[in-house]
Amino acid sequence: MTEKITIQDHQLERQIVLSRIIVGGVIAFLLILALIARLFFLQVNQHDYYSTKSDNYRIHVQPIVPTRGLIYDRNGTLLAENVPSFTLTLVREHAGDVDKVVDVIESLISLTEEDREKLRGRLRSRSIPHSSVPVRFNLSEEEIARISVNQFRLPGVSVEAQLVRHYPEGEIFAHSVGYLGSITEDELKAVDPVNYSGTHQIGKQGIEKFYEDILHGQVGYQTVEKNARGQIMSVLDRTDPVPGQDIVLNLDSNIQKAAVEALGDYRGAVVAIDPETGGILALVSKPAYDPNLFVQGISRKDYASLNDPVNSPLFNRALAKYAPGSTVKPFISLAALNEGYRTPEDTVDDPGYYQLGNHKHYDWTWWSNKTGHGTVDMQRAIYQSCNVYFWDLAMDMGIDQMHDFLFRFGFGRNVSLDLPQASTGTLPSREWKLNAIGEPWYPGETINSYVGQGYTEATPLQLATATMLMSNKGKWHRPAVMRQIGTDSSPVIESTFLPDIEINNPDYWDFIAESMEMVVSRGYGGEYRTYGSAYPYIAAAEPLKYRMAGKSGTAQVIAILENYDRADEVPEKYREHAWFISFAPVDNPKIALAVFVEHGEAGSSVAGPIARNVLDAYLLDEQGELKAEFIYPQISEEDEGAESAMPVKESVVGSASDTTDSLAEENVNLVSVNQ
Amino acid sequence: MSSQDFIRHMGYIGKDLGRRKSVWKYLHIDFPLLVALLILLGFGLMVLYSATDGNMSMMGRQITFIIVSLGAMLFMAQLEVRILRRWAPWMYLGGMALLVAVIFYGSIGGGARRWIDLPLLPRFQPSEIMKVVLPLCVAGYFSKRAIPPRLKHIFWALAIIMLPTALIAIQPDLGTALLIAVSGLFVILLAGINWKLVFSFLGVAILSSPALWIFYMSDYQKQRVKTLFDPQSDPLGTGWNIIQSQTAIGSGGVFGKGWLNGVQSRLDFLPEGQTDFIVAVLAEEFGLLGMLFLLLLYIAIIGRGLYIAATAQDTYSRLLAGSIILTFFVYVFVNIGMVSGILPVVGVPLPMVSLGGTSILTLMVGFGILMSIHTHNKTLIP
Repeated sequence: MTEKITIQDHQLERQIVLSRIIVGGVIAFLLILALIARLFFLQVNQHDYYSTKSDNYRIHVQPIVPTRGLIYDRNGTLLAENVPSFTLTLVREHAGDVDKVVDVIESLISLTEEDREKLRGRLRSRSIPHSSVPVRFNLSEEEIARISVNQFRLPGVSVEAQLVRHYPEGEIFAHSVGYLGSITEDELKAVDPVNYSGTHQIGKQGIEKFYEDILHGQVGYQTVEKNARGQIMSVLDRTDPVPGQDIVLNLDSNIQKAAVEALGDYRGAVVAIDPETGGILALVSKPAYDPNLFVQGISRKDYASLNDPVNSPLFNRALAKYAPGSTVKPFISLAALNEGYRTPEDTVDDPGYYQLGNHKHYDWTWWSNKTGHGTVDMQRAIYQSCNVYFWDLAMDMGIDQMHDFLFRFGFGRNVSLDLPQASTGTLPSREWKLNAIGEPWYPGETINSYVGQGYTEATPLQLATATMLMSNKGKWHRPAVMRQIGTDSSPVIESTFLPDIEINNPDYWDFIAESMEMVVSRGYGGEYRTYGSAYPYIAAAEPLKYRMAGKSGTAQVIAILENYDRADEVPEKYREHAWFISFAPVDNPKIALAVFVEHGEAGSSVAGPIARNVLDAYLLDEQGELKAEFIYPQISEEDEGAESAMPVKESVVGSASDTTDSLAEENVNLVSVNQ
Repeated sequence: MSSQDFIRHMGYIGKDLGRRKSVWKYLHIDFPLLVALLILLGFGLMVLYSATDGNMSMMGRQITFIIVSLGAMLFMAQLEVRILRRWAPWMYLGGMALLVAVIFYGSIGGGARRWIDLPLLPRFQPSEIMKVVLPLCVAGYFSKRAIPPRLKHIFWALAIIMLPTALIAIQPDLGTALLIAVSGLFVILLAGINWKLVFSFLGVAILSSPALWIFYMSDYQKQRVKTLFDPQSDPLGTGWNIIQSQTAIGSGGVFGKGWLNGVQSRLDFLPEGQTDFIVAVLAEEFGLLGMLFLLLLYIAIIGRGLYIAATAQDTYSRLLAGSIILTFFVYVFVNIGMVSGILPVVGVPLPMVSLGGTSILTLMVGFGILMSIHTHNKTLIP
């Protein structure tokens, strides 16, 4: 029975499938007929049209490169412009034997082996057939004339007028604006190749790279008829390109130049931020390089000179991480107040060293005076940069408390809007060390971290950002180089991307600001070391026209021997890095900055005056007075007088010994507990 | 031979048993199909020679692949499809495992994660395996159940199809995903799914296509569809290919410009002239007559395949053979349709002609299965 049913099933199934196969076959056949009809239409009905198109004239689509957007600083100074330049180009399909044509070119104008090599590379990576590639840039009038006279010997070769990028300020904005360079194959893959079909350059660094899609614009094209020799017979159709948008930066040429000047021959960096917007007013790294060298392909010789391992002008120090030294002390102090580990009145007795286990950590005062700071409260610990106070705090508060609080100030991460290349720095914690190094945390490492040494590393950008937050009493604005797109639009300010820092008692902000003001303004008293550590180099030299807050930092590069006390004996590469963070005016902050001097040795005496010069350049007018726009309306003449009544009892000249001491100032002793 | 013995015991005496076996049958080769394939491959090599500008290293590679593929076809022809049916679920699981592995360990090429490196094997795309395995698997599923299929079975068959399709679509390789889905869907169609159901599916698909356009399709896919209706809308991108390929085809006329005389392809006007757009080279050099010859070869192959499907002895073989040959037709239609400008640009090579070995290899494995179906155990079932 079962068998019989199966047989019947088989026949039914056979019929079902068979009928479907027939339907499928018929549909397939009809569709193939449709293909034949289409081919008949193209090859018989429209044969003449396409034949003409193919044989006599060839329709070409030529890209029209959009004009790249300009870059301005906040005052409207042009930082990147487009200037006309004449380029010799080649279309491979029209040239016939490329090598032969290039030989002819070489006999007419100068062409280096490097040029030829680059041409071969460009021909290989070209994506659209019948498009031209550059052979040599920057033709002179005479060279253009020679090419024109010999045009008949140069099939496929033409002189194209192009706009090329030019940076009128040269080195000054190299590390912030960046530069354009020739597109590589990999870069072409990352963008829409159609939009870049006529573009030879792309943003390689900085703002030029980050805002590439805004600056570039949209390619246009024209359809042209060419004859078999490649000459354009007529333009059939043209779609205009959409030019790239201009960009206005927060950078201020004046302060940027002042920072470059103030750094002098030092290697280092200055980052300044407008606390009201987060706009980056200055981003300087020295030494720098001329970005114009890169635009049309840098020669090997020039590039080799930029690869100097000591000066490394291509290296952006403003965005690189270094041990921040004592500049972290104001932030750690605020943490201690907020988390309840210290009150402003709590004191520590500093005998000149801190004993952990059987090891003594020496304060920087030890090398000039074996008595230490004596009794130190928080304010004095900040303005005199007392390490023992913070070592003592470290053992109470621990590393994780420091990590969590400083993280809110932007340490340990890159919060910038448009500087993705910036380092995140390192903000150590127990968890971080376990993940990064695979070891548990040791108490001695907390000691180092609390004075900005050990694993702790931060970028000048991060320190400027954290200083901005200090001046803003915790109000976040995202640090951004770009101010606005287009010259008519309103500035872009991002203020809600991170929660503002709230602390239990808002008075603590003022307390820390006051302590930081003492760093630069507290004058000499009768007792031992009651003046601000930077006072001799900043306020004492020439009275300030505004209230300035700051903190110095001197960070060791390597663990230095205990008997070290004179900088000259140490080779330069082992000398300490100097830092100074600052904001001003204290009552109405308009600028926050961080100065970093590579191997500058002393934060207060080297980095401090640089910071002041930059602040002066921004805040003072040509007569050396505070600009009207920065005068805080609520403050009356009498109040300002009271401000300058900070104790200034001794003259600078009278304290020679102090000056000598401060050379060794803050030489945080890093001899580790393991040693 | 054990199966034959078994049949004798059961008392079945097939009509073919008395007839003397030909050499071809002994070798399990279908002679007409083989001849059509060889002519097509030869013609394809001729066109490729012109399209590659006589590049002998490319030609050598292609010829090597063709020889390997012919070997693979012969090997598959020797295997009885029952064996394939038995192994199909395991091959399906293996293929799925490779597709999942690609997501995590695959190598990236051309912006998608499609390739996988296994020891002792050249780098390959697991989706190629699925092209063969999926119809095997879906046909096997239906052969064990009564057809026309019930709704429940259709649902499960769709699940078998959609799993690998989804994995390939996210690589992303939408073109291959769709073609693999099509090969499975053909099995459901052949199994006798109610036409009403088919048309309601199609209706839903058409109605939901605006949503697909808005929410799912990427910009470049949209651009390709727009280009179909107006190549001038993107003359530097995909429109360029279409404008150039149509110019090549149209300028070929009835008789063509002659072998090695194509202007469009010679002068590098035509991108992808060796791979997906090779038919434009053929049309330019051999004209409408050459195209008719090519299509005649395809019709012969497809017709022979449909004949094999129609005369196969069991449901499984019929479904499998029908799906393989109809999928082959879809490749032909989509490629020529795209190059001649009636379908949007999708990356489908011209079967047996375009440069590229894996495509030929999978197709030839399919033809090996067809030959096996036609030459094994014709006597088993009345």
